Amino acid sequence: MTNHWIDLRNSDVILVMGSNPASNHPISMKWIMRAKERGAKLICVDPRFTQTAEVADVYAPIRSGTDIAFLGGMINYLLESDLFLKEYVVNYTDAPFLVNPDFKMPGELDGVFSGYDEDNSSYDKKTWAFQLDEKGVPKKDTNLQDPDCVFQLLKKHYSRYSIDIVSQVTGTPRDKCEEIYKAIGSTYVPNRTATGCYAMGWTQHTVGVQNIRAFTIVQLLLGNMGMAGGGVNAMRGEGNVQGSTDHALLFHILPGYLPAPTASLAGLKDYVLKHTPTTKEPRSVNWWSNRGKYITSYLKALYGDHATRENDFGYSWLPKLDEGMNASWLALFARMYRDQFEGFFAWGMNPACSSVGAGKVREALGKLKWMVNVNLYDNETASFWRGPGMKPGKIKTEVFLLPCCSSVEKEGSISNSGRLAQWRYKAIEPLGQSMPDAEILNELYFRVKKLYQKEGGALPDPILNLTWEYGEKDQEGKVRHLDAHKVAMEINGYYHENVYDKTASSPKLIGKKGDLVPNFVSLRDDGSTSSGNWLYSGSYTLKDGEVVNMMARRGKEDPTGLGLYPNWSWAWPVNRRIIYNRASVDPKGRPWDPERAVIKWNPAAGKSGGWEGDVPDGPAPPLADDKKGALPFIMKPYGVGAIFGSGLKDGPFPEHYEPLESPVPKNPMSEKHRVNPTIPIGKLQAMAKDPAFLFSFDYERYPYVATTYRVSEHWQTGVMTRHLPWQLEMHPQQFIELDRELAGVKGIQGGDLVEVKSARGQLSCVAIVTDRFKPFLIQDRKVHLIGMPWCFGWQYPEDGSGGDSANLLTPFMGDPNTLIPESKAFMVNITRIEKPARVSDQPGSDSLDRGRG
Amino acid sequence: MADKSFFIDTTRCTACRGCQTACKQWNRNRATKTVQRGTYQNPADLSAATFKLVRFQDIRVPPGEEPKWHFFPDQCRHCVNPLCKMVADGKGKGAILHDGKTGAVVFSPEVKTTPDDFREIREICPFDIPRYDGASGAMRKCTMCIDRIREGMLPACVKTCPTGAMNFGDRETILDMAAAKFDEVKKVHKGASLLDADSVRVIFLLKDDPDTYHQFAAKRNGVGGTGTMAFRRSLHPRSRLKTS
Ligand code: SF4
Ligand code: SF4
Repeated sequence: MTNHWIDLRNSDVILVMGSNPASNHPISMKWIMRAKERGAKLICVDPRFTQTAEVADVYAPIRSGTDIAFLGGMINYLLESDLFLKEYVVNYTDAPFLVNPDFKMPGELDGVFSGYDEDNSSYDKKTWAFQLDEKGVPKKDTNLQDPDCVFQLLKKHYSRYSIDIVSQVTGTPRDKCEEIYKAIGSTYVPNRTATGCYAMGWTQHTVGVQNIRAFTIVQLLLGNMGMAGGGVNAMRGEGNVQGSTDHALLFHILPGYLPAPTASLAGLKDYVLKHTPTTKEPRSVNWWSNRGKYITSYLKALYGDHATRENDFGYSWLPKLDEGMNASWLALFARMYRDQFEGFFAWGMNPACSSVGAGKVREALGKLKWMVNVNLYDNETASFWRGPGMKPGKIKTEVFLLPCCSSVEKEGSISNSGRLAQWRYKAIEPLGQSMPDAEILNELYFRVKKLYQKEGGALPDPILNLTWEYGEKDQEGKVRHLDAHKVAMEINGYYHENVYDKTASSPKLIGKKGDLVPNFVSLRDDGSTSSGNWLYSGSYTLKDGEVVNMMARRGKEDPTGLGLYPNWSWAWPVNRRIIYNRASVDPKGRPWDPERAVIKWNPAAGKSGGWEGDVPDGPAPPLADDKKGALPFIMKPYGVGAIFGSGLKDGPFPEHYEPLESPVPKNPMSEKHRVNPTIPIGKLQAMAKDPAFLFSFDYERYPYVATTYRVSEHWQTGVMTRHLPWQLEMHPQQFIELDRELAGVKGIQGGDLVEVKSARGQLSCVAIVTDRFKPFLIQDRKVHLIGMPWCFGWQYPEDGSGGDSANLLTPFMGDPNTLIPESKAFMVNITRIEKPARVSDQPGSDSLDRGRG
Repeated sequence: MADKSFFIDTTRCTACRGCQTACKQWNRNRATKTVQRGTYQNPADLSAATFKLVRFQDIRVPPGEEPKWHFFPDQCRHCVNPLCKMVADGKGKGAILHDGKTGAVVFSPEVKTTPDDFREIREICPFDIPRYDGASGAMRKCTMCIDRIREGMLPACVKTCPTGAMNFGDRETILDMAAAKFDEVKKVHKGASLLDADSVRVIFLLKDDPDTYHQFAAKRNGVGGTGTMAFRRSLHPRSRLKTS
């Protein structure tokens, strides 16, 4: 989230789209309800009428996978009706920047931007560049009139997204589109804000990244970024998913969003040179210019004294990706399926149910030599070899199931959706033989290290030179019990040498060797500092000579009255609660909305003025200050919000393409390109060399749009919640929701068993027939949409009554930028299973308990 | 301690079912075996093991109308004059207690009831709340979490509710809160109603016709009993309750 949970209460218009907070983020509804109390409007756009829709002020149905059409229509509406905050757009975004005159858009090139290379499904982005002046700064038209400026291009691009077209593509009634566009547009004035709450309903599409970008553009136009009650808010589900991403759960990054090194960047210098953006814009802070300090400090955290200037701080010990190599989820499992892996750690995950194309994933697991599954319970992954359709005698994979503790049996920090890192304490001792994950890692590390010590082997250095000072060691040198505080301190970082301020007339000691660094501003690229993750630098540090775990703070003061609670735990970066907050003030540093001032410039403060409120995005004075004024978007080289996203693989502006599997033979936005032209279909199919990875474009065979989702009662694949009888009681079985009309045609009644089939597999579900699902009218054709949760699996309940995972049906394909899989829009067929599905319910222990009839 | 009441603002209920689970957890009520019956509502009904049940009403709407999905977090209303107690008392004291301080109507877990007596007691309840535990012979239902509120804690269901749908406090305060919310909601939803505020301690605010939530959402005339009926029954006990 750019903002945070509590901040939802500050919003005037809340757009819930691609998410269902009432079911999946129940606590967020507390703040959404507070906003409603203040008179805020809650808007819910969803293919189905959800629990959120029931409490929303406006509900609009949308065909799954058509969000860009809907949001494109919104952008068009805002521009046509002049609903944008001009001063913000001109000063804080790239709207005035001039683009290469050769740049062409899908309206002119039948569905693609200029530079498309059909053979490689990719773009040559030469024409997607800004025109630079002699100083290397983008040329601008601050009147936003030049036909080559981003603003005019945006206007032209989205002029194709009239409400009529939008309605034909999305199936959303025209009046609903207009009502919602108007409501969102009402926040263009400085003292109103809108926020967007999204989750997997936006991300899990072949246009996932562009879905979010489309809304980012809306928020930049309306001046809602950086504002209290504004922002673009990813509702992160898993309690610590933000933390796991920050600490580099994904293949393409190291902790703190440092790009993963690639083989061609042989030395640290090459890495720093390649990954440190430069800018000629004098008022841009360009924060990533600090990349060298962060990577060097990270290496120092990994290798301590072994990391020296002479050995490039151990850079060569980091694993490297081959150039252009994709090691995302889909690619990994495609390769596993092709026999390219020996072993696999499925740590706290259940891919046999959670992965798209789960059927293929289950087969892929059978091609391993060994698999370690660390989990609270046995699950469909650990037991894949005895799952439906498996021949245990033929499977050679050796499976190790290691029991780990639950979150209440261990101490440590978790980072929530609002980037708030909170310290948690152990409530009970671990049950049975279970261990905290970190202790399991500790054991693993020690044993692997011993083997390297004894046997040598290929490349022992990265393991042997690793620092592992996380507690008292036994005789053999093994850390007895891993101390979470020590890990947290390493993440914060230390001074490894005395550091002096050499600008002072007599050098002044600013950092003492062995002390914790105060925050990332003190990190250096000369090996004198370490930090396991620069973003978390400042989370566990020295305050007035005392070591303070900032994440354990529990202060309830709220000086701004906006619910920032700056003394409650700690948020990255540097305890900033709303990021991009420099955009919440005008160029003179005056809040756009004085009633909800996130920060404000006080010229009278200190020697030369200062900021009040939240921790600002950098101390520089506001933009209007001729000498030192800084642009607000400090992570971008040009210092402004990017409406023109030339960094993406599939185009600088979001364009509607149909989901890979869709009920529409032709993309109404372009004759030629039905699906995102940059998805590497060919590549993945070749990798997997298996026809089962195929997709079906035969919408007569698979005529119904399907989507998947979650329910409040179950967590992820349900491994944890299916074992909780109270949760299972509420949602005991896999179900399918469908509209009355379709149910009528298929002879299906509520409670009947239904077989759902896609090109990948089939699944039996119990039917819920409901008016909450309605057929869509898409280009004059009736299109039905069905939905299923994905929290069930064959392994538990043990009698198999739960059914199996909806991911047996989902397509093994994803977004070209991130390869996040497209599980939210695909095609299926359904049939009623001709046998009585009803088992009589047994609500109580006595027949007297039955109703009065 | 002043007497207590609940205000359940269903216009804020999102059917997260936190209350249903919290109730089971606090009261150590077991889960029952259920199946998917074509609705989110599960278990199907209140039972000796389910004191709090979020009812999901998936409403059939005429073509062209917006979908409706009504949520009703059902539980005992803790009537100001509990008819169940009048009937039970007629059969012997002690099965149903009416706590003078809080106003909670509590079934004694120690007192056995015969199936016939139970049936009468259940029938008199205007909200169809009482349930019977065949194994122990005791009647069971929501306790107002009297064991929590005596310790100054909120009822488990109220404590857990994230949205502000469930509220609990001194009756005066709750009545004011209910009246104020009702005024607000009425402005937007013409069909809104505040259910039985004078006669119950669990007051529901609905934005729509009570029938679209639950058959026993509002007190029924003719269904359940009247005070006179209860009084008459108490004079002609068919059997006696036993204390075990
Ligand atoms: S906890 Fe509150 S919001 Fe959730 S179901 Fe119960 S009453 Fe509704
Ligand atoms: S008051 Fe206590 S017993 Fe009654 S419904 Fe709430 S949690 Fe259950």
